[in-house]
Amino acid sequence: MIKTIGILGAGKVGVTLAQLARKAGYEVVIAGSGDPAKIALSIKVLAPGAHAVAKEEAALRGDIVILALPLSKYATIPKDALKGKLVIDSMNHWHEVDGPREDTIPEDITSSEHLQSFLPESRVVKALSHMGYHELHDHAKPKGSDGRKAIAIAGDIKEDTETVAHLVNTLGFDPLIIGVLKKGRQLEPGNPGFGASISREDLHLRTR
Amino acid sequence: MAAEGAKTTKEEKKILFGLDTFGDIPVDKDGKKFTHAAAIRQVVEEAILADKLGVDSIGVGEHHREDFSISSPETVLAGIATRTKNIKLATAVTVLSSDDPVRVFERFATLDALSNGRAQVILGRGSFTESFPLFGYDLRDYNELFEEKVELFHKLLDEKPVTWEGETRAALKDADVFPKTESGRLDVAIGVGGSPESVIRAARYGFQIVFAIIGGAPERFAPYVELYRHAAEDLGTPVLPIGVHSPGFIAETDEEAMEMAWSNFKTLWDAVGKSRGWPPYSYDQFKYEVAEGSLYVGSPETVAQKIVKTIKTLGAERFDMVYGGGNVPADVRLKMVELYGKEVIPRVRELLKES
Repeated sequence: MIKTIGILGAGKVGVTLAQLARKAGYEVVIAGSGDPAKIALSIKVLAPGAHAVAKEEAALRGDIVILALPLSKYATIPKDALKGKLVIDSMNHWHEVDGPREDTIPEDITSSEHLQSFLPESRVVKALSHMGYHELHDHAKPKGSDGRKAIAIAGDIKEDTETVAHLVNTLGFDPLIIGVLKKGRQLEPGNPGFGASISREDLHLRTR
Repeated sequence: MAAEGAKTTKEEKKILFGLDTFGDIPVDKDGKKFTHAAAIRQVVEEAILADKLGVDSIGVGEHHREDFSISSPETVLAGIATRTKNIKLATAVTVLSSDDPVRVFERFATLDALSNGRAQVILGRGSFTESFPLFGYDLRDYNELFEEKVELFHKLLDEKPVTWEGETRAALKDADVFPKTESGRLDVAIGVGGSPESVIRAARYGFQIVFAIIGGAPERFAPYVELYRHAAEDLGTPVLPIGVHSPGFIAETDEEAMEMAWSNFKTLWDAVGKSRGWPPYSYDQFKYEVAEGSLYVGSPETVAQKIVKTIKTLGAERFDMVYGGGNVPADVRLKMVELYGKEVIPRVRELLKES
């Protein structure tokens, strides 16, 4: 049972996800890169009810933890605090922020697989990564709504992808499990699923 | 300066209307692309027309890539300065992280001299990063670069000798920088794309904010406006008017505008998307952005209605429309400036008065 969502990263994506999670009724603990005091006001105003905390605390308290920091900063993730946890990787390599991909991620491996090897004692699921933050904000809709958009999910453990599917559904999107973590390639920049803000059916066609 | 009689009362907000361009490459009647040089001269002509029509500001962007002609905004603005009278000369934006704050000050103070005090620096990140490798900066130092350089630039604004030390440029000891402005202080705003940290930074330095709303519903920014006000109050800095910068396309009719806007925004979007890994721009996305998002496309009436809605939703006191994205025929660009100045602005003012 997921009650508390931890979010690492308090930029545009992290804040948007905090807003959606609060709206869905979850407890939210969110952390930026440094002192929680630095983001306290932003969180209070932008995502009322969410708590600004240190990153270790966000990692420890979250029943599920969403990573929403710049991908190139992944080494700052408090990996010990994430031991045994289900972790959602919503990050992408973004040249405008991270610089050349090869500086962060080895070739021939997806960014989520790389992250999984960095967090060997956590279970990484890729989700909430392919849709822009403003689309996440604008298009979240209750289940069964007309024109609801879909979020793709990739992970190695069936139970985990189902847990994430449930979360995605409560946040306002139709979940679409596309396969194992490696399949997350389909969602990376330059691939058909990236940037998709479309229906479940259409997303399925794009990510097969 | 506006005539005394036109001055608004304290209760009545004076809303400012601007036009922004990145110096995209126009085409001639046969669809042939302008040279970069001709594209720059085209912007100067458009700014002269905008000035004649009473548009409050012209903002030019800084890019370092083939599809935009302007890499040196202050030089273009200097050209505009000597041929216009009232229009404010702004950037959209000046990429301070990959520039030198002392140089930026000097160039804008010079522009301010040439224009009799009409220069406005709008600092920001911009959404392109070509300037970093070009000038020898590491993109990953972006935050540190911006933080330090804003700090130094803010000190320079007092126009007194500056002593400063940091990691990103040589230290200064009692350095006095020239020319001094006649007003004693350059007009500075900061362009913010929605990062909470940037909003708070603007409040901390007492800079006006122009929100770059280039995708999604403008309402999404309402909490950011609130954040800015809270932050300024907490920090004891003045709560300044906020502005909005969004792309648009105006033609005589909605149909005409939609058709031209679609093909041009698609050209622009797909060119950028190619390097960032986006899928091709879809008509559904475009339609959503026009209907509910941040594209201001249509006849003057349609565009005016949408601007009014945004101004009211966000309590904005400045609206800058980015025009001419893609490869728009030169005469269509000029016509757009005319429709904005002659029809959209007066109609927005009228609608705001009515409500």
